[in-house]
Amino acid sequence: MKDDLLLSIFLRFAGISLLAVGGATAALPEAQRQIVGELHWLTGAQFVESFAIAQTSPGPNVIIFSLFGWRLAGLAGLTAATVGILAPSSLLAFAAARTLRHAGEAAWLARVKKALIPLAIGLMAANGYLLARGADVNMLAGLITLVSAAFVALSPRSPLWAMAFSAGLAIVAGRMGFL
Amino acid sequence: MRRIDLFLGFFKLGALAFGGTGPLARAIIVDDWRWLDDAEFASLLGLCQALPGANTCNLAVMLGDRFCGASGAIVALAGLLAAPLAILVTVATFFTTFSHNPDVRAALFGATAAAAGLAIGTAAKMIRKIPFSPVLAALALAAFFGSAVARVPFLLLLGVLVPLSYVLAGGRK
Repeated sequence: MKDDLLLSIFLRFAGISLLAVGGATAALPEAQRQIVGELHWLTGAQFVESFAIAQTSPGPNVIIFSLFGWRLAGLAGLTAATVGILAPSSLLAFAAARTLRHAGEAAWLARVKKALIPLAIGLMAANGYLLARGADVNMLAGLITLVSAAFVALSPRSPLWAMAFSAGLAIVAGRMGFL
Repeated sequence: MRRIDLFLGFFKLGALAFGGTGPLARAIIVDDWRWLDDAEFASLLGLCQALPGANTCNLAVMLGDRFCGASGAIVALAGLLAAPLAILVTVATFFTTFSHNPDVRAALFGATAAAAGLAIGTAAKMIRKIPFSPVLAALALAAFFGSAVARVPFLLLLGVLVPLSYVLAGGRK
């Protein structure tokens, strides 16, 4: 049973790997559709919480997939998830770097990069919209989301300030009986 | 080039890069270790950005392979992910362990609401960075509505939008 779960974590994430155009975040709406909607591996709330926890770690955003694996099946799940999400895209990068050593200057490559920018922005916004729908269960949460979005969009400071401040605010609100 | 150097260089990148690895990657790869010069770095990063997957992971694979072959790619990737994964598991375990503490639950509630805002704010920041054009806006909106509202199968959505964007947006200055 557990091996079945590990295998399906690996296969699902391997399937998502090559769809992460312009970064891992772009694949999160699809990951949410599969993990929450189709497979019921996590609830909507757990999915959003995972996103928050992954943001507190340094390094590439792709590690949120490792966290999904960890929540589902511990260390074995983390390994299956990390290898799954990274193997296909890494093999492609490996092959591309070996065959296209001087492609960095190629015109078609610059075109692909430019083409992916508006799509990555749209998918990132989609991710934010879906996360907000999961996270904003009351007025306070909605307000925190709004203020944090403005802070991140307008301030050059680290987004972690918004998360730390919001965590503190929620503790105070909880103590005062507002949650 | 020794594999341990690859591991250490990428370990530092993984451990210190909060909220985007881009600027730090250049500092470590070009300034600290002199693995590449600026032009080579820009060229390689360009390839990483055009390919699917996390840019920094792709960069680790490519540099590792270039200097130490396939095993170097794995060493660089392992170095990049070691610290972030250890921190991730620690934080996740903390929240699981104290999930019955009302203060910890409240903190996670607040941080989660803020993280949703972070995702929206990051998208807004990227929009502000590129010059406005109706074509780019239409493409971004199509990606947004297709994935978040209409929930079009993702492969189909990309199969339509990537070629379309290549034609419409790819040639722009």
